[in-house]
Amino acid sequence: MTKKPFSQHVDLDMFIPATDAEKEYMVQMRPSSTFFKDGVKRLLKNKVATVCFFIIVLITLAAIFIPMFWPYSYDQMLGITPGRPVDPSYNNLGAFEYGSTEQERIDAGEKVFPHIFGTDSSGRDYFIRVVYGTRISLAVGFFASIIVLIIGMTVGSIAGYCGGKVDLIIMRIVDMIYSLPDMLMVILLAAVLQVSGLDKAIEGTVLEKIGANIISLFIVFALLYWVSMSRLIRGQILSLREQEYVLAARATGAKGSWIVRKHLIPNSISVVIISTALQIPNAIFTESYLSFLGLGVNAPMPSLGSLASDALNGLTSYPMRLVIPAIVISLIVLSLNLFGDGLRDAFDPKLNS
Amino acid sequence: MNSKLLWYIVKRILLAVATVWLVITVTFFVTRAVPGGPFLGEKAISEAATAALEAKYGLDKPVMEQYLTYLGDVITKFDFGPSLKQRGQDVIDIIGRGLKVSVKLGVTAAVIALISGVVFGAIAALRRNKFVDKIIMVITTAFVSMPSFIMGSLLLVLFALKLRLVPANGAEAGGLILPVITLALYPMAYITRLTRSSMLDVLGQDYIRTARAKGVSGPKIIFGHALKNSLIPVITYFGPMLAYIVTGSLVVEQIFAVPGIGRSFVSSITDRDYTMIMGTTIVLATLIVVMNLISDLLYKVVDPRITLE
Repeated sequence: MTKKPFSQHVDLDMFIPATDAEKEYMVQMRPSSTFFKDGVKRLLKNKVATVCFFIIVLITLAAIFIPMFWPYSYDQMLGITPGRPVDPSYNNLGAFEYGSTEQERIDAGEKVFPHIFGTDSSGRDYFIRVVYGTRISLAVGFFASIIVLIIGMTVGSIAGYCGGKVDLIIMRIVDMIYSLPDMLMVILLAAVLQVSGLDKAIEGTVLEKIGANIISLFIVFALLYWVSMSRLIRGQILSLREQEYVLAARATGAKGSWIVRKHLIPNSISVVIISTALQIPNAIFTESYLSFLGLGVNAPMPSLGSLASDALNGLTSYPMRLVIPAIVISLIVLSLNLFGDGLRDAFDPKLNS
Repeated sequence: MNSKLLWYIVKRILLAVATVWLVITVTFFVTRAVPGGPFLGEKAISEAATAALEAKYGLDKPVMEQYLTYLGDVITKFDFGPSLKQRGQDVIDIIGRGLKVSVKLGVTAAVIALISGVVFGAIAALRRNKFVDKIIMVITTAFVSMPSFIMGSLLLVLFALKLRLVPANGAEAGGLILPVITLALYPMAYITRLTRSSMLDVLGQDYIRTARAKGVSGPKIIFGHALKNSLIPVITYFGPMLAYIVTGSLVVEQIFAVPGIGRSFVSSITDRDYTMIMGTTIVLATLIVVMNLISDLLYKVVDPRITLE
C-alpha cells in the first residue's frame, strides 16, 4: 500500500507482527546478573585490588600451613639440648648459616633444613618466628574485627530501630566513647588488664592457650572500637526503615526482630562488610603498636610488632631482623587497605557514578 | 555570630568537658583493677611515696572518697600525686619536663606536615593523572600504610646507623631531625591526599570557571580561589593529626631516645608506675580533646555553609 504524502492515515506497516529475526534482536544480549556477581566483576576489573587480594590469600595460607611442616618451632632454642651446656653457636646466625652441631651433620653428609632468615639472639629460627608472628597478627586483626562487628551491629541496630529515648541514650554513650582518645585508652586498658589477674581467671580453660594478653587485646577492642561500627549501622537503618517495603512488612504484621533480620540487615550488609574489611588493617596496626610497647602477646609467642620491638636491641648488628617484620606488616596493611578500597568501589552502589 | 552557632559552641565545649571528666574517671577506676589499687601497684614502692599517698588519698578510706580527692586535686591543682617509681618526684613535674621536649617535636612535625602536605596535594591536583600526580599518590599510599614505629626504625637504620648523617640519639644536637620526619610523614601523606581531593573538587566548581572566563590569571585562580577554599577540609584534620602525633610520639621517642613525655609514659608502663600512667593519660587525653574542640569550632566558623546539628 502506497502512502500518500501528508496523509493522516496510520501507516499499517508499523503494525505487522515481528519476525523471528526481529524478536531475536530484542532479546537481552547477556544474562541478567545479581548484585553480588556485578560487584565481583567490578572488583576483578580493578587490577590493584585483585593483586592485593592474592597477596593477602598467599600470606594467609603461608601463615596457616607453613608451621605445620616446618622442622623448627617458634619457641625452640636450637642451642639447647637436654643434658648439655647451651651451645652459643646457634645464637644470632645469619641467613643460611648453621650451628656447630648442624655443621658437623652437614659435614657427615646429612641434610639440614636451612635457617632462611638465620636465628635470633636466643637461637630460635627467625623465619618460623616471622611466619608465626604473621599468623598471630592476622588472627588478631580478623577476630577483633568480628568482635567489633557483632557488638556494633547489635547496638547500632537496636538504636536505629527503636529510636526515641533508647536511641538518644545509646548515641550519647557512643558520642562519649567516640570522643575518648582511643589509643591512650587502649594503652591504659591493656596495661591494666595485663596485671589484673586475667591469666589466673582463664587458667585451665580453652582460653589459656590463646594467652591473657591477646584476650585483653580483644577486650580492649570490644570495649572501644564498636562505636563507629554502631554509628554506621544506625545511620543505615535510619535511612532504610523509611523505605516502603518496611512499611509493607509492618502492615502485614511482621515483628520488629523479623524486620531487622530480614529487611534491614541484608540491605545494609555491603556497607558493613566493607567497613569490617577496612577494620582488619586497623586492628593489626593497633596490635603491632601495643606489642611494640610491650603490651601485646605473651613471650615467647611472637607477633610482628613484638618481633620489630625485639629487633631494636640489636639494631646496629642485625638490622634485617627489623626490616623483615617491617616489610611483612606494611605489605599486609597496604594490601588490606587497597583491597578494602577496591571492595568499597565495587560493592557500594551509592558511590557508583 | 548567630545564636545557633553560639549554642553549638556551648554544646561542643560541654561535650569536651564531659569527655575530660570521663577520661579521669575511667583512668581512675580502670587502674583500680590493679592488685593493690593504682596508688600502690603490685610491687614495692618507696616509703616516702607510700606515706605521701597514704596521707593524701586516705588509702584506707572508701574508693569513692579517694576518687573525689583525686578528681579534685587533678582539676584544681593539676596534682597527680608523687611518682611511684621515681623517688621524690611529683608526676606533674616529670610530665612538665617531658612536655617541653615533646611539644617542640610535635609542633615542628605538625607544621612540616601541614606545609608540605598542602604543597604536594596542590601539585598533585593541578597535575592530575600526570606522572607527578601518580608518583605522589603511590608514595603517600605507602606512607599511610606504614606504622610509625616501623617508619621510625627504618629511618634510624638507614640514616643514623648506615649512612651516619644524623645522630641516632634524640637528646643530641640535630637528633630531633629523624623523629620529626618520622612523625610528620603520615600526617603529611594524609594531608596531601586530603588537599588533592578537595582541590579537585573546588577546581570543578562554577566560580572557578567564571573566574577563568573573566580572564583572571592562572596563579591568582589557584592561590586566591582554589587553594583557599580547598583548605577548609584540612582544618578538620587538625584534631586527628594531633592525636596521631601524640600516640606516634610514644613509640618515636622510644626509638630515638628523645627525653619527652611519650618516653616517660612508655617507661612508666613497663615499670608499672600507676600514678605516672594515670597522670600522663589524663594530660595527653585532655590535650587531644582540646585540640579536637578547637579544630571543630574553627571549621564551623571558617565555613558558614556547614549545617549545625
